[in-house]
Amino acid sequence: MERTTLDLWVGIFVVAGIAALVMLAMKVGNLGTYNMSETYQVNAYFTNIGGLKPKASIKSAGVLVGRVTGITLDTERYEAKVEMSLDRRYLFPRDTFANILTSGLLGEQYIGLMPGGDSEMLKDGEVIKKTQSAAVLEELIGKFIYNKAEEPAK
Amino acid sequence: MPATNTIRIIGHRAINAVWRIGLASRFFFLTLLYSGSSFRRFRLIIRELFSTGVLSLIIIIVAGLFVGMVLGLQGYETLKRYGSESALGSMVALSLVRELGPVVAALLFASRAGSAMTAEIGLMKATEQISAMEMMAVNPIARIVAPRFWAGVISMPLLAAMFSAAGIFGGYFVGVVQIGVDEGSFWSQMQAAVDFREDILNGVIKSFAFGTVVTVIALFEGYDAPPTAEGVSGATTRTVVTSSLAILMLDFVLTAIMFRGN
Repeated sequence: MERTTLDLWVGIFVVAGIAALVMLAMKVGNLGTYNMSETYQVNAYFTNIGGLKPKASIKSAGVLVGRVTGITLDTERYEAKVEMSLDRRYLFPRDTFANILTSGLLGEQYIGLMPGGDSEMLKDGEVIKKTQSAAVLEELIGKFIYNKAEEPAK
Repeated sequence: MPATNTIRIIGHRAINAVWRIGLASRFFFLTLLYSGSSFRRFRLIIRELFSTGVLSLIIIIVAGLFVGMVLGLQGYETLKRYGSESALGSMVALSLVRELGPVVAALLFASRAGSAMTAEIGLMKATEQISAMEMMAVNPIARIVAPRFWAGVISMPLLAAMFSAAGIFGGYFVGVVQIGVDEGSFWSQMQAAVDFREDILNGVIKSFAFGTVVTVIALFEGYDAPPTAEGVSGATTRTVVTSSLAILMLDFVLTAIMFRGN
């Protein structure tokens, strides 16, 4: 085969291969979707984190504002310490409420932030005081049965 | 004494196998040692890239498309039972990027390009072209083997990526266009589930490893083939069988290292 056609085909092959990789990275992987430029760190304590995992998303009003960077058990309080890195563009009041929520019925768990009314904003390294733990199915069922038992028999 | 004879045969086989593994690894190191000159003459690698990469394009893309379409159908049927059809995208993408892309592309590559390499080098040896080169003080490993090796190693990850991309489009076609899974949740669940470093990069590393193994086996079988018509045909068969088994075993080992503890 002639040199130039051969070069052309190999060029097409290499470009197509790299394009496929880039497409996988951007469209399929989460590389292109969210790029946090600068972040600040905020911690929160939960009595039960349920199925929350590192790298879970943190949303406020449904908008992705950060990611969970670490989950450890604080042995002083015996509560889960969740480290979150939030985007610098988004500031939250100090009395922001952190909820562990589930997307969909069986979906992934994420942290929802509900801003409060404080005029001071959360700074790097501060702790969110108001938290609500994950809803654990067993506890919900237990509560339900307990309530049923309290109802007077008809 | 038939019993001792059987044991003797087993021992002979074992020694032979170890001997061949040793030969193959020596061959591999010689290839690496002499590959410097083939990078200086990059044109040789480009020509081999054409025959290993470009000529494998069609089979890889068509196979990827169909594998993705089957994944879309089967995945839909299973996920429908749990009412989570929207997870179809993440299922198709994860199984392709992590496993099927690298493995099936490498299997196809072994039978498409690996067997061709073995046959070519085996015939070169049978027609004494390799001895002729040695007589002209041309190092056959540097001139013939190293460019093919690097062409295989370069083209394998690219082919695997194309396989995965084609497969995702196949899954998209069946899942979204034909069955009617919601397009937004197809892509967004996929993006939420697939991690660049964890999934895509590990898939690329896998396909690098498979490319190396397949090309080394193919080149070694060709170089080592008895210089007869029978010998070349036997070597070609051995290339496909050995490299397929090697791919599947290596895949297990790599998966165990990469994805455990998550």
